Amino acid sequence: MLLSNNISLQRGHEMTTFDEKTIDKIRKERQRWEQTTLPRWTKQSKERKNEFLNTSDMLIKCLYTPEDIKSMDYMRDLGFPSEYPFLRGVHATMYRGRLWTMRQFSGFGTAAQTNQRFKYLLKEGETGLSIAFDYPTIMGYDSDHPMGKGEVGICGVAIASLKDMEVLLDGIPLDKVTTSMTINGPAAMLLAMYVAVGDQQGVPRENLGGTTQNDNLKEYFAQKLCIYPPKPAVKLTTDIIEYCARHLPKWNPISISGYHIREAGASAVQELAFTIYDGVTYVESTIERGLKVDDFAHRLSFFFASHNDFFEEVAKFRAARRVWAKLMKERFHAKNPRSMWMRMHVQTSGCTLTAQQPLNNITRTTIQALAAVLGGTQSLHTNSFDEALALPSEQAVRVALRTQQIIAHESGAPNTIDPLAGSYYIEALTNEMEEKVMDYVERVDEMGGAIVAIEKGFFQKEIADSAYKYQREIDEMKRTIVGINDFTIEKEEIPIELLRVDPKVEKDQVASLQKLRRKRDKKKVEETLGKLRRCAEKDENLMPVIIEAAKSYATMGEICEVLRQVYGEYKELIVI
Amino acid sequence: MLIAKPGLDSHDRGAKVVARALRDAGMEVIYTGLRQTPEQIVETALQEDVDVIGLSILSGAHKTLFPKIMRLLRERDLTDVMVFAGGIIPQEDVAKMKKLGIKEIFGPGTTTETIIHYVLDNLPRRS
Repeated sequence: MLLSNNISLQRGHEMTTFDEKTIDKIRKERQRWEQTTLPRWTKQSKERKNEFLNTSDMLIKCLYTPEDIKSMDYMRDLGFPSEYPFLRGVHATMYRGRLWTMRQFSGFGTAAQTNQRFKYLLKEGETGLSIAFDYPTIMGYDSDHPMGKGEVGICGVAIASLKDMEVLLDGIPLDKVTTSMTINGPAAMLLAMYVAVGDQQGVPRENLGGTTQNDNLKEYFAQKLCIYPPKPAVKLTTDIIEYCARHLPKWNPISISGYHIREAGASAVQELAFTIYDGVTYVESTIERGLKVDDFAHRLSFFFASHNDFFEEVAKFRAARRVWAKLMKERFHAKNPRSMWMRMHVQTSGCTLTAQQPLNNITRTTIQALAAVLGGTQSLHTNSFDEALALPSEQAVRVALRTQQIIAHESGAPNTIDPLAGSYYIEALTNEMEEKVMDYVERVDEMGGAIVAIEKGFFQKEIADSAYKYQREIDEMKRTIVGINDFTIEKEEIPIELLRVDPKVEKDQVASLQKLRRKRDKKKVEETLGKLRRCAEKDENLMPVIIEAAKSYATMGEICEVLRQVYGEYKELIVI
Repeated sequence: MLIAKPGLDSHDRGAKVVARALRDAGMEVIYTGLRQTPEQIVETALQEDVDVIGLSILSGAHKTLFPKIMRLLRERDLTDVMVFAGGIIPQEDVAKMKKLGIKEIFGPGTTTETIIHYVLDNLPRRS
């Protein structure tokens, strides 16, 4: 923990872009306007609400002027693209050079079915893959584990061994396509299988590109798919960061994720604050391994949600870059500008989708996606309109991808860099977002860090309270959700076709897994698993030996079970 | 009453919000936490002597898990316990689930008031 390491972010104001005289004049004019022009209007029709708030409970004023950003120093606070503090974007050309990566999260059924979906998406113009795994895989169970009954291939693809990974990636050149894997507890195991397929294809390891989510901390308070207790989980996360820094230079070892924090109910400020704090914790744990911050920080990546409040989201993405850059520079003394870059993937917010009038979700997703683009994301997933009902159908996925293509090619949004910069409202919100995030960072610092905050249930309670408040606002009609508490339809027929996973999938998957267990070299499997146990007990970096185990066709469940025995299992801290 | 999360599904936002709303409405609510097997859920219901069970699932595994929970309840003679469910249960499965004895299924967008009223109006009479 770096409690003693003072990281006070610059909040002093030395030079400002607006001179005092101008601000004074604007202040007086605003007061005059409020006393003369405005009352004439409000007398006739009052404002719609007593107060206007965003999800982070920021009070939104009726009007923003230079007065609200009077202490802004353009060079200090905004700067230029690809220069500190990176607020305006991490790349100097942004979307004028290359559009964001359109990466649709997908996976269901067997490896062969998902392989077909991947090929379809690549044909339709997708530029990167993103794998969704089923619950048994995510929890480190084999497809025939009793806990996985009824879940195999349902919420994602079932990958129980290298054999499945070979089928999943069949015909996909790993030196040309980058792949993101949404996996945390067993991230090392799936990365190992991916590396093994890369080796089979003859792709040099230094050319393998992609991302493992590998953010175990947020699992304890957001996504809640934890296998091991927090300390060994962070150890595994750090193993991957360290291994990639040394052997997989193009791999993003981690995607520090706010998305799940937001989906669990957090506000935008909480999402950003807790994500940033998780990031700080991983930087600390990797430095403790003896790596220098500039050896690995450039490969850290982030993942956020884009929710309904358009301006709040744009401000969040912009503030995120500045906060991270400052922390990396001031707290961790990074020298390489790339270590200060916050590269991000954004997904439109699943929890905002409605099962009612589902086509309305296309509109919601469009607004959220536009916020992500105007916020300067590097990569984007747009949700399909039917996802409050089931896994997306092919038609719905296509519309989601087309939404991105329309923003990219028709809207003009990518034609200039950070186009909302300089908006009094956006800049004021960006500043307020940063301040509130830093308040949380200080609180968690004082508490003793992220693991302590998790053990105390602090993050869990903060999120549960926000989730409850949000639902109350909807129930009490303080927050309108179209089709839910207003503009509803009495009897609604849903004319869309939903994707169904064939129940045969589980049977087929279990059969093929059992066949693999019979056919593989059992001695080799026992050997590699024994070696894994010894390395885990000695607290060594486990990546090399997990790759060996994967190559011997040890199954996901077997590898995870060895570590369950060494590390124990996490018992949920229930916070309502 | 018991709010339970069967299976591996980790989406607990709805279950926790509903548990809290029912508690605020004056009910005594036990929340199981994540990843409960049907056996564990039924055992808790028995131990805690609950009148109502609310099941929450968003993963699609309801087709396997709900029948098992309902069967175990019958086997343990807990047929007077009122069971409702929430989460992502496709329309075409709703009728099948109700046939198993699940009294009501609340989909996305349901207000907590709706659930509170439903539970209060349908509390089983205990002999």
